[in-house]
Amino acid sequence: MSNTVGKVHSLETFGLVDGPGVRFVVFLQGCHMRCQYCHNPETWNLDAGETWTPEDLFQKVYRYKNYWGKDGGVTVSGGEPLLQIDFLIEFFRIAKEKGVHTTVDTSGNPFTLEEPFISKFHELLEVTDLFMLDIKEIDAEKHKTLTKWTNENILQMAQYLSDHGKDMWIRHVLVPELTDDEEGLKKLNEFIKSLKTVKRVEILPYHTLGTFKWENLGIEYPLKDVRVPTEEEVKKAEDLLEIVK
Amino acid sequence: MVDFEQWNGFEGRLWKEEINVRDFIQKNYTPYDGDESFLAGPTEATDKLWGKLQELQKQERAKGGVLDMDTDIVSSITSHGAGYISEELKDLEQIVGLQTDKPLKRAFMPYGGIQMAEKSLTEYGYEINQDLHKIFTEYHKTHNQAVFDAYTPEMRAARKNKIVTGLPDTYGRGRIVGDYRRVALYGIDHLIEEKEKDKEYCGCGVMTDDIIRQREELTGQINALKQMKEMAQIYGYDISKPATTAKEAFQWTYFGYLAAIKTQNGAAMSIGRVCTFLDIYVERDLKNGTLTESQAQELVDHMIMKFRMVKFARCNSYNQLFSGDPVWATIDLAGIGVDGRSMVTKTDFRVLHTLENMGPSPEPNITVLYSSALPESFKKYAAAISIRTSSIQYENDDVMKPIWGDDYAICCCVSATQTGKEMQFFGARANLAKCLLYAINGGVDEKNKVQVGPAYQPITSEYLDYDEVMQKYDVMLDWLAGLYVNILNLIQYMHDKYFYEYAELALIDTDVRRTFATGIAGFSHVIDSLSAIKYAKVKTIRDENGIVVDYETEGDFPRYGNDDDRADEIGVWLLKTFIDRIKKHHTYRNSEPTTSILTITSNVVYGKATGAMPDGRKAGEPLSPGANPSYGAEQSGLLASLNSVAKIPYEWALDGISNTQTMNPDALGHSEEEQVKNLVQAMDGYFDQGAHHLNVNVFGTEKLIDAMEHPEKEEYANFTIRVSGYAVKFIDLTKEQQKDVIARTCHARL
Repeated sequence: MSNTVGKVHSLETFGLVDGPGVRFVVFLQGCHMRCQYCHNPETWNLDAGETWTPEDLFQKVYRYKNYWGKDGGVTVSGGEPLLQIDFLIEFFRIAKEKGVHTTVDTSGNPFTLEEPFISKFHELLEVTDLFMLDIKEIDAEKHKTLTKWTNENILQMAQYLSDHGKDMWIRHVLVPELTDDEEGLKKLNEFIKSLKTVKRVEILPYHTLGTFKWENLGIEYPLKDVRVPTEEEVKKAEDLLEIVK
Repeated sequence: MVDFEQWNGFEGRLWKEEINVRDFIQKNYTPYDGDESFLAGPTEATDKLWGKLQELQKQERAKGGVLDMDTDIVSSITSHGAGYISEELKDLEQIVGLQTDKPLKRAFMPYGGIQMAEKSLTEYGYEINQDLHKIFTEYHKTHNQAVFDAYTPEMRAARKNKIVTGLPDTYGRGRIVGDYRRVALYGIDHLIEEKEKDKEYCGCGVMTDDIIRQREELTGQINALKQMKEMAQIYGYDISKPATTAKEAFQWTYFGYLAAIKTQNGAAMSIGRVCTFLDIYVERDLKNGTLTESQAQELVDHMIMKFRMVKFARCNSYNQLFSGDPVWATIDLAGIGVDGRSMVTKTDFRVLHTLENMGPSPEPNITVLYSSALPESFKKYAAAISIRTSSIQYENDDVMKPIWGDDYAICCCVSATQTGKEMQFFGARANLAKCLLYAINGGVDEKNKVQVGPAYQPITSEYLDYDEVMQKYDVMLDWLAGLYVNILNLIQYMHDKYFYEYAELALIDTDVRRTFATGIAGFSHVIDSLSAIKYAKVKTIRDENGIVVDYETEGDFPRYGNDDDRADEIGVWLLKTFIDRIKKHHTYRNSEPTTSILTITSNVVYGKATGAMPDGRKAGEPLSPGANPSYGAEQSGLLASLNSVAKIPYEWALDGISNTQTMNPDALGHSEEEQVKNLVQAMDGYFDQGAHHLNVNVFGTEKLIDAMEHPEKEEYANFTIRVSGYAVKFIDLTKEQQKDVIARTCHARL
């Protein structure tokens, strides 16, 4: 047993929109991105969270195997799970030993082709069945405004997963007048089509259920006046991304 | 062996030798494992009748909840002439028969208690016929009066301070399900013959109390059967012989049920497990070419429409306990036979389909006897209907079947009873949360500041010590269990004497097995409070007389509802301790004691009467319903909560363990197909662990808030939600209960 531990923000035993089937979702603590619409800003802080060993966490997760059926399993989300990649690898390794389906829900922000990250990432690939990758914005400049970070390495990661034959779902949060321009969505669609292993593309309509958390944290919410998209807008975006439901 | 020409085409022998509907079902039913594509939409007649009934329901709501009431006729099986949904449309009604002569008109039923019966009238602006008032106050005693004649001062105090509560001492105990199918299968004459034989062989001639009572009861049952025939004749039917067609089988069965609801106003008046049975007749007629699918659906729709119309006159205090005018006309679907065959038939689909043909409805209380081994197509269809209507509850056939066999019915919200072989003595519940406060305060009621329990030494320390509390709780539970059982013994005795269920018991074996159903309220609060005392520091806050009236809890502690064994084991201990104490005592008519963890909507009223608890629940706040974890206690989502509840052994709470959960549709999956798959998956996982019951609601909190603020919106007229053990139209709940429902955890992490 190693000494690796994870910082866990919270656990959701009944995740149904975080990968295939019924899933146990582990939300890890810590994220560098500062997305304007983030609905979990309380997971940003890298120092908070409850400490778990991979073994203990898996033991907890595995109690729910009855609910998973053929499709379900465990998803690690965040925060940004790749910031705790050592923990992630160990946790998924134990899960795979028991045949549990594993999914990472990531923004791709920590991804880099440099060492030591890339060797670890390669290890992670071996024990991960599915990556859910958020592409927040295809346009580099707009991405920077939205998240304070570049998207270059994120697109690189998508390419890397594709090149290594790893299944992925691409997700895009649709914010009216911010991430819903036709041109951008078309460009995103082209990019997605260039990837070989995308199994599913999802539009996540922007919602305001997390805004109170910003207030609780005493941070001003940057999208105060932004509304949620209409059903038509969501449908239109889905058409542009050629999503068949 | 008897034989009837009406039985042409039916297989089997045993059910002809004796009254045995189960054997008839097993020998003749056709399991169905296909999907719902065969189902037919509503006929024109159904649309018209349902339209008319909705108009009437609207008028009923506009009039404050009651459309019309009887003030002059004491309800009996034959008390009223024929009644129809509408005089003009009466030829369209495939299934006929109303409780009174007019739709939604509430009958006058004084035998449970004349005071309540009168109150039910006056509170809605009606006045009782003075002759009836005189008869039932001067000449004829009613159940309620009899119970109070015999209560001890201790019992009255316990009742008044609501440590035992919801007792059936002012209304019918209900929960007795006649085997209404017998009317259709055998016809009344044969049933009378069999009861006559029972009477002939009743005892050896020595007149002991038991024999005298049984002979008198049997005579009453035989009279009830004769009256059923008369009642059917009022509607132009002769039910002396078995039913010949599907239509007759539906009608005969309904007449049996109608006799029960004309004579009893029990809190729960369940229909039972009739679907597989009725399907046999439908299949026979379909095969003969005398019935089409559309006609079969029409029979089902019209029968269900009748169940949607069952009403009783209730007073305000009753409505606070059981909110939303429920009658628990529980009807059961599916299940797996002892031989391993699925008991799902096309008629099980047809009954679910009524929620599409006529929209959602709280009644009848549709209950799916669930097993992960049921046909996938049926599980999916039921889940889809749940997602669309929130009108179904699920109960685990895999845990009930070993105890009750494969012909049990749900007799109220969640309790099982063998059809035609058993009856239950319903006994409401004891407030174990309050009992914990009594343990701390030495039997003094924390609200009313009077000595109710025995004056044991109270706890005097500032901080609560776990071992000391447990020791005191133990003896207080012992006291409560004894008192509670004896209150119930007294109530059941008087109910048998003054308000015996002749119609139902005429359709149950004479040699009936009786269960004695006790119940627990405040389950989650006791667990969390004891956990707080054990794992955190609980400081007592006392009033000027030293009575603890509030608590301050410092530090964190494990709570029930998070799949944390430290808390959940306290729950298991509590249940075992309580039922063991109950079992120590003599129970009326040698009945078998059981208990339940279910509270209906009465959790609001019980909570009002209960002081602050060490778990942080404030004085007067609603208790958590049934076996649900406390509000806000669940930190890890639905499945952790389900896992906690699933740890409670059903075998120790054979009267049922209710659990109500609400899911946000958006959190359940992106498309309905995904939602259905996920819901089925969750239920398979939950029930495979041995959990007993699940109420499934699928809607968002926003919808509830909007419905509370705008009840007049058309879309909310039939908006149905599941609460602990039954379903209600949300807008029929009191504001307080609406808020309570909204406050409960909606599982919605997006």
